[in-house]
Amino acid sequence: MRTSLRRLHRKIGEINQRYREPRIEMSRGVRAALEFLRIYLLFLVCLMVYKFILLVS
Amino acid sequence: MNVFAKLYYRLRKMWKAIRLYLVIAGPGIVVMVADNDAGGITTYAATGAKYGYHLIWFLLLLIPVAYYVQEMTVRLGAVTKRGLAEAIFDGFGATWGWFALIDLMLVNWLTLVTEFIGMTAALHIFGVPPWLTVSGVVLLMGIIVLNGRYWTWEKIALLFCALNLIYIPGAFMIHPSVSDILKNGLIPNFPGGFNGQLFFFLMANIGTTIAPWMLFFQQSAVVDKGMQEKDIPWGKFDTLLGSALTVVVAIFIVIVTGTTLNGTDIESAGQAAQHLMQTDRYVGTFMAIGLFDAGLLGAICISLASSWAFGEIFGWAHSLNQNIKQAPWFYASYFFALITSGLVVLIPGAPLVLITLFVQVIAVTLLPAALVFLILLLNDRPTMGDYRNSGWQNLIGGFIVACIVVLSSLYGISIMFPNLFQ
Repeated sequence: MRTSLRRLHRKIGEINQRYREPRIEMSRGVRAALEFLRIYLLFLVCLMVYKFILLVS
Repeated sequence: MNVFAKLYYRLRKMWKAIRLYLVIAGPGIVVMVADNDAGGITTYAATGAKYGYHLIWFLLLLIPVAYYVQEMTVRLGAVTKRGLAEAIFDGFGATWGWFALIDLMLVNWLTLVTEFIGMTAALHIFGVPPWLTVSGVVLLMGIIVLNGRYWTWEKIALLFCALNLIYIPGAFMIHPSVSDILKNGLIPNFPGGFNGQLFFFLMANIGTTIAPWMLFFQQSAVVDKGMQEKDIPWGKFDTLLGSALTVVVAIFIVIVTGTTLNGTDIESAGQAAQHLMQTDRYVGTFMAIGLFDAGLLGAICISLASSWAFGEIFGWAHSLNQNIKQAPWFYASYFFALITSGLVVLIPGAPLVLITLFVQVIAVTLLPAALVFLILLLNDRPTMGDYRNSGWQNLIGGFIVACIVVLSSLYGISIMFPNLFQ
């Protein structure tokens, strides 16, 4: 189990290394817009999960 | 004689084109029809029961929406020969790649749960216990994927797609009023005015027509099938046909429940089938069979979308053309997702109907993130060359993203301030 986890950790490290540099150049504005969109969508999902919990309970 | 020779030549040319299409056909139709999965059938059944024919116009709008979103994956897959997950990692780096992959895994797994919910509900009508449905489905899906060829898998999936059309004769059997459908269904209107429930239904309907898994699935299927750049026009036609087919089936489901159960609050397609059994036994049976088929088709595709994406990123062998010995992790992740999601359905007292509807809404909320990456990748001139997005395609893509974000936001606002839209 521990060996498998270590192997997985190593594999993730390799993936991070392989894709460290994005190939597509993004301006600071595009990157900021993408980050804002990501946070906003996660916020909306959290709201929906909250509504789901309200309805279940 | 000359006329006959010309006619013969034209027929031969047409036949050649049809044969060529039949070779290329597959990813577009399978992904679009599989999109009418158990959650989709439940959403359409509930929409028809709640709003009658009033939202048919909205469903029609979803044909171009689904087409424009999905055809981008055909071009990207055929040109880059890589799946969307790998393309995002490569294009935007590991951080964004992990976000996209984790999103996909979560939404796919939740959607798989909804497929099992639909299948168990459908067979429950015929007295089959849930545990038997879950184990039977896992076994059947194992047999389908372990035959070791993408080609065979695709033809089996197409067979299930054909069964999805069962709702069309079902709708004719209940003799709906055509004039009512035309009068109420084709003129844009918002029944009951703007309120949280309408936003929820609109979003659930978008969520059943375009979902994140579809982007990843179709692009990986295009790659696994080995489609080339010259096949793109046929791939686009395949997608257009699939988009039209999926919405036509959706409209017929709305017609069935809109005619027989109008004004009833239906919680699930299974419940709709049970109600329909009392009105018309055959239509009820069609509804149940269609629900099972939809769940099975959805499960087949969604579990593959996850396994393909994992395989691309982790560098595992990830093709249906490889057997279990050649691609052990591909099949392990496939069965892991399948079994764990099937087990959720067996939890006593789980709010299965609520889960189904919320998964559709969460899927559509997360869709813009994947869509934005797709649009940016399609604008990468060095990679896409002549196949990159035109200005119009970017405009349409951007408009779709904006509409989804606005609808999600309105629904979010209606959650926070429930009295605002009343």
